[in-house]
Amino acid sequence: MATAVSFTASSIGKKYVMAVSGIALFGFTMAHMAGNLQVFLGRERFNGYAATLHAMPAVLWVFRGVMILAVVAHIVTSVQLALRNRAARPQGYAKKQSLATTYAARTMVVSGPILFFYIVYHLLHFTFNTLHPNYEVTDLYSNVVASFRQVPISVSYIIANACFGFHVFHGAYSLFQSLGVNHPRYNGALRSLAMAIAVLVTTGFIAVPVGVLAGLTK
Amino acid sequence: MRVFLQVWRQKNGQSKGRFERYEASEVSPDMSLLEMLDVVNEGLVQKNEAPIAFDHDCREGICGMCGLVINGVPHGSEGGATTCQLHMRKFQDGDEIWIEPFRAKAFPVLRDCVVDRTALDRIIQAGGFISVRTGSAPDANQILVPKENADLAMDAAACIGCGACVAACPNASAMLFTAAKISHLGLLPQGQPERHSRALAMVKQMDAEGFGACTNHEECEAVCPKEVSIDFIARMNRDFAKAAATFRPPKARGGGD
Amino acid sequence: MTLNSNCPTGPIEKRWEKRRFEMKLVNPANKRKYNVIVVGSGLAGASAAASLGELGYNVQCFCYQDSPRRAHSIAAQGGINAAKNYTNDGDSIFRLFYDTVKGGDFRARESNVYRLAEVSVDIIDQCAAQGVPFAREYGGLLANRSFGGAQVSRTFYARGQTGQQLLIGAYQALARQIAAGTVKMSCRSEMLELIVVDGVARGIVTRDMVTGKIEAHVADAVALCTGGYGNVFYLSTNAKGCNAMALWRAHKKGAYLANPCFTQIHPTCIPVKGEYQSKLTLMSESLRNDGRVWVPKDGKDSGKRVSDIPEEARDYYLERRYPAFGNLVPRDIASRAAKQVCDDGRGVGPGGLGVYLDFADSIQRLGKKMIEERYGNLFDMYHHITDENPYEVPMRIYPAVHYTMGGLWVDYDLMSTVPGLFVGGEANFSDHGANRLGASALMQGLADGYFVLPYTIGHYLGQRAAGGVKLDHPEVKAAKKSVEERVRKLLDIGGSRSPDSFHRELGLLCWEHCGMARKKDGLEIALQRIPELREEFWKDLRVVGSGEELNQELERAGRVADALEFAELMVRDALHREESCGGHFREESQTPEGEAMRDDERFCYVAAWAHQGVDKEPVLHKEPLSFEYVKLTQRSYK
Repeated sequence: MATAVSFTASSIGKKYVMAVSGIALFGFTMAHMAGNLQVFLGRERFNGYAATLHAMPAVLWVFRGVMILAVVAHIVTSVQLALRNRAARPQGYAKKQSLATTYAARTMVVSGPILFFYIVYHLLHFTFNTLHPNYEVTDLYSNVVASFRQVPISVSYIIANACFGFHVFHGAYSLFQSLGVNHPRYNGALRSLAMAIAVLVTTGFIAVPVGVLAGLTK
Repeated sequence: MRVFLQVWRQKNGQSKGRFERYEASEVSPDMSLLEMLDVVNEGLVQKNEAPIAFDHDCREGICGMCGLVINGVPHGSEGGATTCQLHMRKFQDGDEIWIEPFRAKAFPVLRDCVVDRTALDRIIQAGGFISVRTGSAPDANQILVPKENADLAMDAAACIGCGACVAACPNASAMLFTAAKISHLGLLPQGQPERHSRALAMVKQMDAEGFGACTNHEECEAVCPKEVSIDFIARMNRDFAKAAATFRPPKARGGGD
Repeated sequence: MTLNSNCPTGPIEKRWEKRRFEMKLVNPANKRKYNVIVVGSGLAGASAAASLGELGYNVQCFCYQDSPRRAHSIAAQGGINAAKNYTNDGDSIFRLFYDTVKGGDFRARESNVYRLAEVSVDIIDQCAAQGVPFAREYGGLLANRSFGGAQVSRTFYARGQTGQQLLIGAYQALARQIAAGTVKMSCRSEMLELIVVDGVARGIVTRDMVTGKIEAHVADAVALCTGGYGNVFYLSTNAKGCNAMALWRAHKKGAYLANPCFTQIHPTCIPVKGEYQSKLTLMSESLRNDGRVWVPKDGKDSGKRVSDIPEEARDYYLERRYPAFGNLVPRDIASRAAKQVCDDGRGVGPGGLGVYLDFADSIQRLGKKMIEERYGNLFDMYHHITDENPYEVPMRIYPAVHYTMGGLWVDYDLMSTVPGLFVGGEANFSDHGANRLGASALMQGLADGYFVLPYTIGHYLGQRAAGGVKLDHPEVKAAKKSVEERVRKLLDIGGSRSPDSFHRELGLLCWEHCGMARKKDGLEIALQRIPELREEFWKDLRVVGSGEELNQELERAGRVADALEFAELMVRDALHREESCGGHFREESQTPEGEAMRDDERFCYVAAWAHQGVDKEPVLHKEPLSFEYVKLTQRSYK
C-alpha cells in the first residue's frame, strides 16, 4: 500500500490517475452518446431505453458509483496538478512564444472547469429535473425535444460539447503518452485516432440539439 | 545592423528584477548573440555600469551552460541549437530582442540571466547512474548491446542538461531531462539491475525539487538543442509505473553500498 | 634540485605492476579520516574524485561551472584510443605506446606513456560498464575506427560526442559518490590559491562565485585536474572559462611547470571573422579524410570567387609537399603549412587567414549523399556559423590553439614538486610530449583519474598521519588573506580597460610570436611586451561591481592577471628551446625543405621551470629523457 500511495502522490502517478479516470469517463460518454442518438429512432425506443436503464437500479448504481469515483479522481487530481504546475513557475515570462503546443492542450484547464459546470447543469436539467419541474419523469423524449427547441439551451449544449471535443482530443492523445503505451511508429496514427474520436463524440452529441432544431424529431 | 535589447536585470536572488533597454549598434550579422552581448557589456563597463551576467562556457553547443530565453523561446528559435549557436544574422536591423532567464521555481535567479540549475544535478544524484566500482568492470565486449538499443540510448544520452525543456514547458516540468537519463540507462543491459529503483528515485527527486508535471505540450522537445524526443517521457512513465507496481523495498542494508 | 621522475626500473611492461606492489596501503577503516581535495571536474577530476570517494576517502571536489557535467572535456568529438585490438589489425599495448611516444616527437617519458597504453584497455571496460553508449556493430560488439592518421582502428567513439559521453559517465560516477556522502561537491567555486604548509600541499583557497565568499579548505592531499592553458591565447577552441589560474597558483607556490611552449595548434578550425570573436570552433579532423586542402597559386587570386579560379591555378600544397600522406599529415605539420601559404599572401577569406578545404572532388566521386552521411552534422555546424553552404563552396579553415601538452611537472606518481600536490589530465605535462595524437586526450584524462591517481594518492597518504593542519593554522590564514588582498587590489585599480581587452591583446601577442612558428627575435619582442602589458593591467584595469556578489568581470580579471604571468613563462620556454619539435616550431631549426628539425643532442629533456618571483627569471631544471624502447628518429611524412 505504501508504494500505491506514493505512486498517486507522484507527478507521473497523477498522470496515470488522469488517464485511467479519463478513459472511464470517456467510455461513459460514448455509451451516453449512443443512447442519446436513439432519440432519432422515435419516442418509444428512446423512452424504452431510459426505462430499461432505470429498471436495473443495482447496475445503474454500480455504474454511477464508478462514474462518481472517476469524476472525483479526475477533478481532484487535475486540481492538484494544476496547482503544482502553477507553483512550478511563480514568475512568468514577459514574452513567451509557443512552438509546439496545441490550442486544445493549452485550454485543458479552461475546458475542464467549463465541462464541470456544464455537467452540473446538465444533471440538474435532465437527471434530477430540478430546473424544469414540469418535466415528465417517464417521458424523457418529450423533455429532450422540448428543451432543445429552446435555442439558448441548444446553443449552450453545442458550445459545451465543442469544449468537450477539444478536451477529448488532447486527453485521448495524451493518455497513451501518460500511460507509456505509445510508440513513435504509431504516434501519428494515435493522433489521428484521437482527432477522429473527438470529432465523432462531438458530432454525436451535437447531432441531438441540431436534429431537434432541424425538426428531425417529432 | 542595430538592435534593441530588453534584458532582465536582477542584482541577486533576493532583489526584484526588471527589464532594461539597451541599444546595440554596429552589430555584425556574423556575430553570435553572446558575442553581441559581450560587446554590449564592454560598453556598459565603459560607462561604469554592471555588465549583464549570463552563463556560457564552451560556446560550441555542447556544455549546456548557456541558456537565455530569447523572444520567448529558450535558446532562441534557431532549432536544434543552443543560445551560443544563435547568430545575429537571424535578426533584422532595428529588431527588439527580449532576453530573459530560464524561469522556474526550481531554477532560482542568481543574477540577471544566471540561474541555479543544481536541481538537475540532484535528480542525477538520486539514481541517474549505474553502480559500478572503478576497476571492477568485465571486458567491454562481454556486454553485448544491440545496435538499435545503443543508438536509441545515445539519442537520450545526447541531453546536455541545459534545462531548456524546463524553461519552455508551460508547467516548468523536468520530465524530458529526467526521462532522457532514465531511458539512456534503462535501454542498456548494464542499466537493468537498477532500472526500477532508478526510475522511482529519480522521479521522486524530480517532484521534490518543485518541477511541474507533464501535460503534453511538447514544447520541451521543440526547444531541445539536442532534439531529445518526448518518446522518452512515455518510456519513463512506463518504467515508473512498472517499478511502482513491483517495487519491494530492501529489508536491510548489508555489505557494499 | 634534481628532478627525480621516480619511475620504477626493470622491463617496461612490469613497471606499473611493480609500483603498485610497492605502494603503501591505507587501512580501509582509516581512509575516511583523510581529506582529499580535487580541483576540476572534467574527465580526470570527476573520475579521480569518484574513485577516491568510492575507496573511502573524504573527498571535496570543486569546479567553476554550475555543474560538474560541464567541464570542457565534454567538447571532445572524435574518440578515445585503447589498445584492445578488437579489430584484429595488429594493435597492442606496445604499439599504442610506440605510436604515442613517436607522435609526441620524443619528448615524453617512456614509463608514463607505457602505463597509459596499459590502462587504456581498462578505461573502455569501465566506461562500457557505466553505460557510455559507445557505437556498436550489428552484433552488439563495440565499433572502432581509425583516427588521426593511425594505422590501426583503435578509436572507440559515441557519434561525434565521445568526450561528452565519457564525461557524463564520470559525472554519473561522481553523482553516485555525492549521494553516498563520500564526495562533497562545490560548484561555481574557483580555486584562487594553493595552501602549502612546511613545503607540503595542504589545501586551497576558493571564492564562491555567487556570494563572493572566500574560504580556505584544508586537506591531506590536493589533486589539480584543471585542464590546460590554451586560453592564454584568448582565441582557442577551449571553453571561455578555461584558465590557467590553478596551474599558475601552484607554480608560484613551488610546483615546477614543464614544457609550457608545447601547445597544439589544430589545423581544421573555422577562421576568425571579426574583432568581436570570442572563441574558435573546431571542425573534426576526420574532414581531412575526404576534403582537399588548397589555396590559389597566385596571391592575386585570393579574393576571387572559387568558381573563377581554374584548376591549374590552385595549389594543393599538402598533396604537393607530402605526397605519401597528402591531406592526412599530422596536426602540427598541416597547421604550419597553412600558416606558410597565408604568410605568402595566398590565404583566402577575411584578412587572408584561411585555406580551402574542398569537398567538390569527393562529392563528385562518392555522391552528395555519402558525404552527407559521413559529415552531415559537421557541414551543418559550419553552415550555422559561417552562413556558407559547404556542399556548394569549399569550407575555409585555419589553425587554432586547441590543446596544451605542457603543464605542471609530475613524477611517475603524478605528484608535482610540491609533495601532496598531484596533477592529472591536461594540467600535467606527462604523456604527450611535444605533440598529442588524436583521441589520446580522453584516454589520458581517464587513465589519470580512474587508474593512476587513486593508487598514487593512496600511497602518499599511507605514509603520513591524517589531519594536522587546521583552518586556524597561520599559513592557512595567510593564504586566505593574500587572496582577499588580491581580490581587493583587482577591484581597487579603478582604471579604464576591461579584463577582456587585456586578454585579447595578450592573446594576439602570443599568437603572433609564440603561435605556429616561433623565432628568436619575435619571442624576444613578446618577452619584452608581456611585462609591459602586465604593468598596464595593474594600472589601468577596471572591474565594475564588488567582490561580494556574482561578478563575472572579477572572475575574468583574476584569470587574466595570471595569464599575463603565465604567458611570459611560455614565451621564455619557447625561446630557450632552440629546436623544432612537435607543436613547437622554431624557424631557426628546420631542414632545407622547411621541415621541423629536432635537436636531440641539446634538447632531449623536459624543461621544468621553477618560479622565483614575478619579474624575476625563473630557474630551469632539466629532466633528461632516455629512450630505451622507442628509437629516436626524425619524423618524416614525405
